[in-house]
Amino acid sequence: MRIRALVVRITRQFLRDKRTLALLFLAPLLILSLTKLVFDGNTVSPEIGLVGPTAALSEKLEEQQASITLFDSFDAADKALHDGDLDAIIQIVDGKPDITLEGSDPSVSRSTQLVLQKALQSGAQDLAPTVHYLYGGPDMASFDSFGPVLIGFFSFFFVFLLAGVSFLRERTSGTLERLLATPIRRSEIVLGYLAGFGIFTLIQASLIAWYSVQVLGMSMSGNIVNMLLINLLLSLTALTLGTLLSSFASSEFQIIQFIPIIIVPQAFFSGLFNLDAMNPVLQKLSYIMPLYYGADAMRGIMIRGEGIGDIQLDIYVLAGLSIIFALLNVVALKKHRRM
Amino acid sequence: MTKATETSADSAIIAQHIVRRFGDRTVLDDISLTVPRGELFGLLGPSGSGKTTLIKLITGIDRADAGNIQLFGEPMPQLKMLQTFGYMAQSDALYQELTGKENMAFYGSLYGLKGKVLADRMQSAASLVNLTDHLDKQTSAYSGGMKRRLSLAIALLHEPQLLVLDEPTVGIDPVLRKTIWNELRTLTEKGVTIIVTTHVMDEAEKCDRLGLIRDGKLIAVDTPVAIMVQAGVHTIEEAFISLGSERSEHS
Ligand SMILES: Nc1ncnc2c1ncn2[C@@H]1O[C@H](COP(=O)(O)OP(=O)(O)OP(=O)(O)O)[C@@H](O)[C@H]1O
Ligand SMILES: [Mg+2]
Repeated sequence: MRIRALVVRITRQFLRDKRTLALLFLAPLLILSLTKLVFDGNTVSPEIGLVGPTAALSEKLEEQQASITLFDSFDAADKALHDGDLDAIIQIVDGKPDITLEGSDPSVSRSTQLVLQKALQSGAQDLAPTVHYLYGGPDMASFDSFGPVLIGFFSFFFVFLLAGVSFLRERTSGTLERLLATPIRRSEIVLGYLAGFGIFTLIQASLIAWYSVQVLGMSMSGNIVNMLLINLLLSLTALTLGTLLSSFASSEFQIIQFIPIIIVPQAFFSGLFNLDAMNPVLQKLSYIMPLYYGADAMRGIMIRGEGIGDIQLDIYVLAGLSIIFALLNVVALKKHRRM
Repeated sequence: MTKATETSADSAIIAQHIVRRFGDRTVLDDISLTVPRGELFGLLGPSGSGKTTLIKLITGIDRADAGNIQLFGEPMPQLKMLQTFGYMAQSDALYQELTGKENMAFYGSLYGLKGKVLADRMQSAASLVNLTDHLDKQTSAYSGGMKRRLSLAIALLHEPQLLVLDEPTVGIDPVLRKTIWNELRTLTEKGVTIIVTTHVMDEAEKCDRLGLIRDGKLIAVDTPVAIMVQAGVHTIEEAFISLGSERSEHS
């Protein structure tokens, strides 16, 4: 009854606040689209300079969509490389191809190398190995691989921010004190917030899932229901953590200060970056980060097509964290009313 | 001066030896007070003297460092006692995005009102504070006095036995203020107890009894007339000034 009153109120507040609604629903879509444009643009076609008589190679390279420029001397090609007109130079030295890469952008180097490798292999009398992929395939772009992590990240980020600010407002505007002068239980306040925000985070999660699979065409090999479940759990964790931390903030600006402390480190540990080079002890930090579990499950579902059985642990951890944070919220409200 | 008569079940509020400190500042120092049922009790005191603090202790929102408080014979703080009083805080606690009506409906349902009862109560509380025509406006578009009136209407919604009003008439025009005070008087005739803080002297004179707070101490508790007689002056204002300084001379 009281919980319902709270849910109705939160819903009304949300519907009146068009900007916040847009932030919740449209901002993640915008950022996902931008990321896709950046990482998935046209397949890079490297600019390659050829020196000397290499007609056969030139043909093979053009098959691989490289753009070829022919040079008479290495020095001329070298100058072009320095001027940034070329990504690589190939000359034949002692009958073997000799490759010079521009090398300042590792991702360009890698794709250039890939093109060269393919061209040279196919030249070598069908000795080219056949390549099989366990997950993904030759068409899988880097966006497909970290897109699932980003989806989790945005659900977490925006809900954390909104919940934190809303609860803080409740405190600074005096409505929390007034609320606590009514016979509402502390747990009812927390549950009301969970339910009220839950509705909107569920809509957000569905929207993001639909958009990334149907519109952005991200690879999706698992069940979309599992994806929604994980997204919802992740949002609930963000919601309970956001409201909890808001009691340690005294202004909206101080909520913003939690971003570099709480949100950004999670982005590092959630799989956006490869952690293999990090000290193994530090790597373990990821085990305390909600986003790590969310991202792991999202990747499992979207890339490896994992079912509910495979992501069980992630589900338990996220649900457990939400419950713990929610209980801590109930306790934290004691600061304002001890019964 | 009425001493706290310990057990009376007829008392709406019994506070005994209340102490409240913030850090090492003692804001309320050994306050004892009894308010019988159906009384209109006024708390008077300079800004920062501890009126709001005392009111919050009585409602159980805040907790005293020492002493105890009973509402209608029940020891405070207690969750179920929150249903017994209507509270109007010194600062308006309204949701800006919601209309006046939605604010009332929200608080009303927290007190367990619903359906037709809620609608009727909202209607009569709103007409009492003359807000009926503005109920569909968002409260962000309300004037200061309108917000104050809506807060008062919300405190009256569930027809509580006790009304705790922290400066209820700030920013309300004299005509409406008169209507409101008449209504408060009618309520006390029906047995409702009202405790109200104020800075307005002519309002203070309308109270059954007054409590004067100064420097964290209750320096006088009596009817307005008795207080004026005791101080040998003709207005509450003068009484307040003279009793306050008398007190500081003693200490
Ligand atoms: N949460 C708090 N922390 C620290 N000090 C506080 C707190 N609340 C009140 N005080 C102090 O207690 C004293 C009494 O405050 P209170 O709000 O009760 O005054 P008041 O009599 O209601 O004043 P006014 O007429 O201005 O509303 C003030 O000096 C104030 O600074
Ligand atoms: Mg005050």
